[in-house]
Amino acid sequence: MTDTIANRAAKVTPQKVARKIKGLSDRAIAWIFVAPTIFLLLAINIFPLIWTIQLSFTNYKANRLNREPEFIGLRNYERILTDSDIWLNMQATAHFLFWTIALQVLIGFTLAWLINKKFKGNDLWTTIIVLPMMLSPAVVGNFWKFLYQPQIGLFNYIIAFFTGKEPSSFEMLGSVQLAPWSIVIVDTWMWTPFVMLICLAGLRSIPDYIYEAAEVDRASKLRQFFTITIPMVLPFLMLAVLFRGIENFKMFDLVVQLTGGGPGSTTELTSINLKREAFEKWRTGYASAYAIILFVTVFGLASIYVKALNKVKER
Amino acid sequence: MRGFFTGLMRLRRGPWEALATIIIALGVFMLMQPFVLWAFTYSFITTLVGTVMFIIVSHFPEGE
Repeated sequence: MTDTIANRAAKVTPQKVARKIKGLSDRAIAWIFVAPTIFLLLAINIFPLIWTIQLSFTNYKANRLNREPEFIGLRNYERILTDSDIWLNMQATAHFLFWTIALQVLIGFTLAWLINKKFKGNDLWTTIIVLPMMLSPAVVGNFWKFLYQPQIGLFNYIIAFFTGKEPSSFEMLGSVQLAPWSIVIVDTWMWTPFVMLICLAGLRSIPDYIYEAAEVDRASKLRQFFTITIPMVLPFLMLAVLFRGIENFKMFDLVVQLTGGGPGSTTELTSINLKREAFEKWRTGYASAYAIILFVTVFGLASIYVKALNKVKER
Repeated sequence: MRGFFTGLMRLRRGPWEALATIIIALGVFMLMQPFVLWAFTYSFITTLVGTVMFIIVSHFPEGE
């Protein structure tokens, strides 16, 4: 390989350009390559963020473009943080977040642990389990709506089979008590495979010789599980929780398809409420303040989490 | 515990990050708890203080 890629690139570069590049330092050339990405990042992420912060201090309404927005200080933040309805939305989000993550971690890890055992049809089962994750949330929302139908829904019939109740005696999506659980069930069904895949990667990264050494030391299977398997899978598990936590904090599509935030506002998660404020009531300034509150919360949580993740990795 | 306070006095990263983490966690808990409305009202400022503090103190030197 005498003719390297760099040499070939140098040969095809026009003389004029080559002369210009020769005068630049490596650092300057690196900046030239990175600049378009930085520009895009600033335009797509940073500029809207700064603009949202600015709008959150005004009474701007996006459907009244002729009206000059007024600076109203912290009034939007004050209104949001003293509104008992938004407080209830936050509680609904907390319920959804806690139970989906708890169930997904528990079921996902168990499935990964079982799939990691060598058995016939192992790959086929992995593919079948992963299927829900590949579907669109709109599709999942729609067909679970049919499954939850009190008269014809399969879900009600399965519950009725085990409990002896009439299938039409309860409504998963129409009941104030059951609706929050119905969205937890669907999200768990859809996203447990994702947690399973990450855990499976963690389990497969554990070298066999560690278990062999533990066998030599006569460590029981339970001891091996708690002192080898769990600590070595923990960074992967934490990563899965981080991804799912951030994603579920912003959950919108699936819940809109299933319940639309109802009955009443029992399943109205913060993102649904935010969308209503921004694009139904057109209170853009207010919605911007709401978005900033959610952003700071997620950012704060993610900071703690990344720190914890790094600590676990160091161990 | 004494090491923690010494670290705080000497502006070391570890204890200050731990303090910021506690403040953020408290803020998030206040935001989502179902008990009292006033805790919800002050949750944002608590989380914001914790987050800004976390960003600043993560540039402090490591303890020996």
